[in-house]
Amino acid sequence: MDFKLTEDRRMLEDTISRFLADKYSISKRNDIAYSETGHSAQIWAEMAELGIVAALFTEIEGGFVGQGFDIALVFEALGRALCPEPFLGALLTGKALAAGGAEHADWLNSIVSGEKIGAVAFEEDQSHYQLQHVATSATKTASGYLINGNKAVVTHVEAADIIIISARLSGNVDDQSGLGIFAVAADIAGLEIQDYANVEGGRSGQLTLTNVALPPEALLAEGDAAFELLETIAGYAHLALSAEALGIMEVLKFSTIEFLNLRQQFGVPIGKFQALQHRMVELVLDIEQARSAVINASTLPCDKIDRAKRLSAAKLTVSATGTKVAEEAIQMHGGIGMTWEMPVSHFAKRLVMIEHLFGDEDYHLARYIELSKV
Amino acid sequence: MQDIDHFRAEVSHWLNENCPKTMRTPMPDDEICWGGREFAFVSDDQRLWLNRMAARGWTVPAWPKKYGGGGLNGAQQKILAEQMQAINARSPLQSFGIGMLGPALLEFGSEAQKLHYLPQIASGEIRWCQGYSEPDAGSDLASIKTAGVDEGDYFSVTGQKIWTSYADKADWIFCLVRTEPDAKKHKGISFLLFDMTSQGVSTKPIELISGESVFCETFFDAVKVPKQNIVGGRGQGWTIAKYLLNHEREMIGGSDLLFGGADVCALASAQIGVDENGRLNDSILRAELAKFIIDEMAFDAHLAMTKNYMRAGNQLGARSAELKYLGTELNQQRQNHIMAIGGLGALIWSSHNNQTHQTPRQWLRSKANSIEGGTSEIMLSILAKAVLKMPS
Ligand SMILES: Cc1cc2nc3c(=O)[nH]c(=O)nc-3n(C[C@H](O)[C@H](O)[C@H](O)COP(=O)(O)OP(=O)(O)OC[C@H]3O[C@@H](n4cnc5c(N)ncnc54)[C@H](O)[C@@H]3O)c2cc1C
Repeated sequence: MDFKLTEDRRMLEDTISRFLADKYSISKRNDIAYSETGHSAQIWAEMAELGIVAALFTEIEGGFVGQGFDIALVFEALGRALCPEPFLGALLTGKALAAGGAEHADWLNSIVSGEKIGAVAFEEDQSHYQLQHVATSATKTASGYLINGNKAVVTHVEAADIIIISARLSGNVDDQSGLGIFAVAADIAGLEIQDYANVEGGRSGQLTLTNVALPPEALLAEGDAAFELLETIAGYAHLALSAEALGIMEVLKFSTIEFLNLRQQFGVPIGKFQALQHRMVELVLDIEQARSAVINASTLPCDKIDRAKRLSAAKLTVSATGTKVAEEAIQMHGGIGMTWEMPVSHFAKRLVMIEHLFGDEDYHLARYIELSKV
Repeated sequence: MQDIDHFRAEVSHWLNENCPKTMRTPMPDDEICWGGREFAFVSDDQRLWLNRMAARGWTVPAWPKKYGGGGLNGAQQKILAEQMQAINARSPLQSFGIGMLGPALLEFGSEAQKLHYLPQIASGEIRWCQGYSEPDAGSDLASIKTAGVDEGDYFSVTGQKIWTSYADKADWIFCLVRTEPDAKKHKGISFLLFDMTSQGVSTKPIELISGESVFCETFFDAVKVPKQNIVGGRGQGWTIAKYLLNHEREMIGGSDLLFGGADVCALASAQIGVDENGRLNDSILRAELAKFIIDEMAFDAHLAMTKNYMRAGNQLGARSAELKYLGTELNQQRQNHIMAIGGLGALIWSSHNNQTHQTPRQWLRSKANSIEGGTSEIMLSILAKAVLKMPS
């Protein structure tokens, strides 16, 4: 069972998979992911050239497909190669700019073409996935806005040219109302970045904003629309990350089965042992369930509640399953699964990272309950 | 496209005209129409509904018309299912003939066998039971001992089957019999069809943990089975048996029965109450039910994709084990939740006026889901070997 693959989608998948298979051996990937920049400007440019970033956007947004299924397909392929290039930032930044209207067309185009790199900065030290928890302040001035505050664990922030931030125009720290979403040039005065490496490679950073002066047109959304936009963007993150995790789980599945069939103990391949066979099959069935959940989410229905429910269901399922797949893959590999040498460990680490991005299992469970009034 | 729209309109119109009002309500277990010579219809409407659907071939929409089916293509089958669902139409007929024997006959039966047996299944005239398991042959099914001795025109069948569901209500049996005693285990089995009223057949119901008695011990004492009643060739029974089991597993795993019935959330809200935000008062149960519903949603999507895949003419093969495992594990969870929601009251077996209580019975019945049609452990082993190609 698979995503419904149209001819166009098959070609897109082919393009990505072939490119990554060519350019992205695991050792090359690790060199790039664990480097000072956490990604490769050259490979990013080549992938953008192939239209892989543009595939995340609709024609109106300047791209060429951009349905939920296309987004899922791209990220699943990226997951299979454990690609640390800043696609998620591009997707989320682009969607935010698109919501900001015609004034942001230039920046949007530069994101869709891959010329500029985007990052989104929603989390803060205390926010723990709650999008409405925003202490960073935006003060209206005669010439625009003045932003002050901190943003935490912003993926690829050091590499980014454009950063989307949430800041509070009014109200209390946890209010859903009173927010503003701003598009900020990364080289603006008063913006400081403390960049660090992630557990699975790639980079993130802490953002400090001190009297950052923004022009009025930097505001993408405010009031109720701001929180709604935050949720919409987070929704794209849920879909993209869930699909990426699926790609990673597929790889771990195949490599673990392969290992079980090769590794000999007691004079037979260990895959002959029923205890391991059953564990392996249960893992595979869990991955199938996760795949169904992601497909359910990929339809991105217009109804807001239905859409959010499906997205949370997918992220929750993928988080729970991903953690289990990571642990079981390592366990069934034995000692060698613990080594830096083996791809398994890097794939497993990325799964754990994904679980924690844009809401973990508990967060999405609580959210699902809120949404569906269980 | 136009043809399809036309078909949809026609189906919708016909169903509205022909489906009796009483056949548009949720169907309790004891109102399932199984068909058969002895079947006692619960109402005239039930009989009418069966006959009307059978006349159109829509009890088995995918089968060819000449065998009593509807001859519908995949897209049409989907439309019929959707339109039936739209008016909550009950399934007009359920049977082992439809879900198990039919597909096997379509694949392995001779033309004469298909023309004879399939229309009787489609119309609900003949009810079938499955004679596979024996006291010493359960998971290790190929070790069956029931013997068919070659007597020229017929086999003389002697032996015992067990767990034969509805053997006491069925008209005919499809049965695994060892006809080639000298061949290797899997090669010595033949797939025989015979009338349960044949001389030498007897059944003894076994009571289930749920208090029902759906299955029997079935005894054969020198039962004469004409040689023309063999499906496929002599010694080919195992291939047919496995093929049929795949369909049985599809049927169990994809059964609407497993997933129809009460909405667990509504049940919980009514029983336990909700807070000012509309959430269940019990926060732990709330989390557990949410996880369950999320799993169920994923499985529904899986099932829908699987059905489309099959309607396009594909066979699931060994992957039916996946459907069976996931579907039945989920149903058991569902029943566990219903028990948890019910609290102490859920354990009441029957009320003072001898009304049976369904909750504990269905919960207990669901325990069989991971045993019947092949146990969950066997499903995992099949998937490991046949699908993941792990060593055996
Ligand atoms: C409600 C119900 C209806 C049924 N209807 C029918 C019917 O109509 N016709 C019919 O022919 N049969 C029917 N059956 C029988 C059913 O197919 C068997 O019960 C089933 O195949 C298991 O066989 P068994 O009961 O002999 O258990 P066993 O095979 O003895 O198994 C006992 C336990 O051992 C485990 N086990 C066995 N072998 C292995 C192994 N190799 N690896 C790991 N674990 C193993 C099993 O999973 C199980 O947990 C029905 C059963 C039930 C419960």
